Amino acid sequence: MLNVENLSSGYGDIRVLHDVSFTVEGGEIVCLLGRNGAGKTTCLKTIMGLLRARSGSVTCGDVEVSRLPANEVPRHGIGYIPQGRRLFAELTVAENLEIGLMVRGKGRETRDRVLEMFPRLGERLNQRADTLSGGEQQMLATGRALCIEPSVLLLDEPTEGLQPSMIEQIRQAVTALRDRGVAILLVEQRVDAVLSIANRVVFLENGRSHPAIDAGELKTNPNLLHRFIGV
Amino acid sequence: MELGPYLILGLLEGLVTAAVLSLMALGLSLVFGVMRVVNVAHGEFFMVGAVLAWIIANAVDSHPAVNFLAALLLAPPATALLAAIADRLVLKRVAYDPERTIVATIGLLYIIQQVTLMTYGPDARPVEAPFNHRLSIPFVEWTESGMALYWPWGLGTTSYKLAVIGAAVLLLGAIWLLMTRTRIGLVMRATQLDSEMARAFAVPVDRVYAAVFGLGAGLAALAGVLIVPIQQAHYLMGHDPLLLSFIVVIIGGLGSLPGTVVAALLIGISDGMISVFFTPTLAKIIATLGVAFVLIFRPQGLFGRKGL
Repeated sequence: MLNVENLSSGYGDIRVLHDVSFTVEGGEIVCLLGRNGAGKTTCLKTIMGLLRARSGSVTCGDVEVSRLPANEVPRHGIGYIPQGRRLFAELTVAENLEIGLMVRGKGRETRDRVLEMFPRLGERLNQRADTLSGGEQQMLATGRALCIEPSVLLLDEPTEGLQPSMIEQIRQAVTALRDRGVAILLVEQRVDAVLSIANRVVFLENGRSHPAIDAGELKTNPNLLHRFIGV
Repeated sequence: MELGPYLILGLLEGLVTAAVLSLMALGLSLVFGVMRVVNVAHGEFFMVGAVLAWIIANAVDSHPAVNFLAALLLAPPATALLAAIADRLVLKRVAYDPERTIVATIGLLYIIQQVTLMTYGPDARPVEAPFNHRLSIPFVEWTESGMALYWPWGLGTTSYKLAVIGAAVLLLGAIWLLMTRTRIGLVMRATQLDSEMARAFAVPVDRVYAAVFGLGAGLAALAGVLIVPIQQAHYLMGHDPLLLSFIVVIIGGLGSLPGTVVAALLIGISDGMISVFFTPTLAKIIATLGVAFVLIFRPQGLFGRKGL
């Protein structure tokens, strides 16, 4: 579904990613793990086209999206939930969802499905996004990305700063999406959360990727976690 | 004449200034709000609107109302197109960098001004108003038999000036509806709030920028067309409105549409009042002082957000 091959990118003269390669299949959760500054967020931004790939390729299905302008990438079914949520703060909940629906011309049915998944958003449709609680903002960021009806979903630290009950709700939503066949690439700092839902884990170290490891193998071999992220 | 009729006269003149200024400043505010570009060439789009109005009116050469209507329909879109082309050729190439766009728009200012001077010439030329009836305004006085109306000498306006005020109100309402009730407006507001995330949700930000720059210039040109039957079209006529527009957007709050309208009313009406009782120069001195006080005590403007 999502194929990242020898991807390199960076900011200005600084190169952050060096020949990163991995795949994410439909109905699978792959987690990117690494220390701070390893290049996890940079990797997601490069997949979305928000940072230009200097070499390598990103393919979604049959389409090489790394050759497209950034605003064309989501039209190929790649949804993005960025770190810190990055909602359109002064727009209402309904307007934030509308922005997501416009990407691929989805309508009321899609919106109703999203509101069914996060009923609390339905109660706050006319409320400004920046007046929502942290958990509700995460629901909205997730709902906005789901309005695309993505086949690939990129999540950057979705549980950051959330209370345990909210983390569980987000976890359930992510696993439900996986069960529906969505390919999910997850960046997460909380190793326990990763091991509970990920199928495979890709370690990033100084911008270089290591071959994907089965999540079950990590549970039985904690030395790997110690080696790559120091826990 | 008593003080009251003078106040009404000042208020009416001020409302005409506020009407034109609000349209022009709204364009400047939109461009800054969405693109973070301080458009120093904005006054030249006002001038281009007025000059094109004269050219179109002369080319049509029919009844004044037909001439003016043709100018009103053609000059703003033509100016908007010119601005959108300038956006693609100049601003996009400097990647909308805040400092470089200031220098680039100063360059645009001189190019537009000098091309106008070389083609249209240095003369000031009028466009005839589509209608221009003199309207006397009554005032009240107390007589022995009670309150009575009378028509003080000099207290009056023209039907065209009232129409300018009405047109500005309608246009401001239309822009508000565009921004708050349409998908185009939603996309513009999303781009204003976070252009990178807008891109991640398929918004063609470059095209939005070209459209907003065009819309801003179109509004300035519209103000130029509306004013040209009152003032004459001249290649240097953009300077004062540019200064007043900057004053308005700084007082109202950069990027705030309601702030722009309120500040335009404040500046326009105070300009009208002070010009009637004292001199137009004093009005501009006081407006500039107002900006200084706003920058000291409320740098984000009356309606602006901190951090902008």
